[in-house]
Amino acid sequence: MKRYSAFAVAREALRYHTGWERAWRSPAPKPHYDVIIVGAGGHGLATAYYLGKNFGITNVAVIEKGWLGGGNTGRNTTIIRSNYLQDPSAAIYEKARSLYETMSQDLNYNVMFSPRGVMMLAQTEHEIRGYKRTAHANALQGVQTEWIEPARVKELVPIINLHGPRYPVLGALWQERAGTARHDAVAWGYARACSDMGMDIIQQCEVTGVRVENGRVAGVETSKGAIDCEKMGMLVAGNASHLADMAGFRLPMESVALQALVSEPIKPCMDVVVMANTVHGYMSQSDKGEMVIGGGTDAANNYTQRGSFHHIEETVRALVETFPMVSRLKMLRQWGGIVDVTGDRSPLISKTPVDNCFINCGWGTGGFKSIPGSGWAMAELMATGHSPLTEEFSMNRFKEGKFIDESVAAGVAH
Amino acid sequence: MLILECPYCGVKAEETELAAGGEAHLKRFGPGSDEDQFHDYLFMRENPKGVHFERWRHANGCGKWFHAARCTTTLEVFGTYSAQTYEPPQEIKDKITAKRPGWSWREFSDGAK
Repeated sequence: MKRYSAFAVAREALRYHTGWERAWRSPAPKPHYDVIIVGAGGHGLATAYYLGKNFGITNVAVIEKGWLGGGNTGRNTTIIRSNYLQDPSAAIYEKARSLYETMSQDLNYNVMFSPRGVMMLAQTEHEIRGYKRTAHANALQGVQTEWIEPARVKELVPIINLHGPRYPVLGALWQERAGTARHDAVAWGYARACSDMGMDIIQQCEVTGVRVENGRVAGVETSKGAIDCEKMGMLVAGNASHLADMAGFRLPMESVALQALVSEPIKPCMDVVVMANTVHGYMSQSDKGEMVIGGGTDAANNYTQRGSFHHIEETVRALVETFPMVSRLKMLRQWGGIVDVTGDRSPLISKTPVDNCFINCGWGTGGFKSIPGSGWAMAELMATGHSPLTEEFSMNRFKEGKFIDESVAAGVAH
Repeated sequence: MLILECPYCGVKAEETELAAGGEAHLKRFGPGSDEDQFHDYLFMRENPKGVHFERWRHANGCGKWFHAARCTTTLEVFGTYSAQTYEPPQEIKDKITAKRPGWSWREFSDGAK
């Protein structure tokens, strides 16, 4: 692999850019791999990367039915934060956030991580209490967050209207080191690094069956033929129930649509990420100048990657009160992704009833921010059978009643 | 936009009039049931790719609960029916079979087997 650098740009400039090579290979699948990862999104590629980097396991195939990073990795609003209430969540999201800080250097690929700060607005009395509690919990967890008063909110976000009649801004939970990154680049950077370690990334290869022999995973049937493996990782987000069904077990999960939209590009007006969870809306400004807006999930099961129009309408209607300038914006694009939501709104990173088959899913609306932490922990779980970061996220927690209840605690927009 | 006809008041209600109530025909387990039964009833979901049966409420209308048969990959609606039943009526099953021969969902299917 040729490294990217200022020198490389200069060198290519002098020879009409003829020396750039493909970022990753597209090989035909081999008949056998030590590890098969199903799903070449951020989580799958990150898992493969850390299997190679931390554990030296490089006989790995990452199989993808569509194109690399074409699922939720390319459909989110790119927010990265770790201000969660529960200890297991804070641990894994903070691990992810800290890995994002050095990801561009680690991967030699610019993921444009921008620690611009994330602010979660308190717009009801309950939210004030909730976020103050989260700030205290974060202090104990070693996650740097603070409670800020409305005057400071206005200072950081001049375009905000603090005194809306329905949703006044009463303060905010502020995480200064949170931010955004370029979502596609995260997938591309990991893919390039994986390919460089000798791993095979096989796109347009749909898994049609999972072969289980004597309670142990033996391989997968795909649209490009059968492939054997010693271990398998399922990281397919919204399609996890479908894939688990092929392997013969069920999941405590439902798949629903989550939508986002972007406006036309405008001049820089907001240099932080603002989340307003009471009204289910969040907004940031991309480097291109577009206002990136995310909303809440639909209520009914859906696999179509498109959602209900009225959810977008609700989100924008509520944002207009807090950000009056939104009413003058023209929206450019709108899209949906299928998120996998568990009973307690926390992910599953777990062994499964099938030996040597591991699952990582259920990130719901918070998958992008967790990619490196999730991959790091999943690789450890797959390589050694145990990871301190994944212990609490086992599938059995529902049977044992040991929920990691983030559905109310984290105030995540659902 | 999702439009479901309320089987009680006959109104063709669009989505903002309705509240989703999750998977239909769940069998409830009471005291004396074992852990697995409670676990499956409370948390395990079909989450199918294709034919699905759901509970909906005509929230901003007559207020009543009813059932709907829908496809989660095309958002097609096969029909709606009363909530006072343990299984989909034959008429609904036939409508699904006409469009999705060979369908099955939990213990229900097109009856071909």
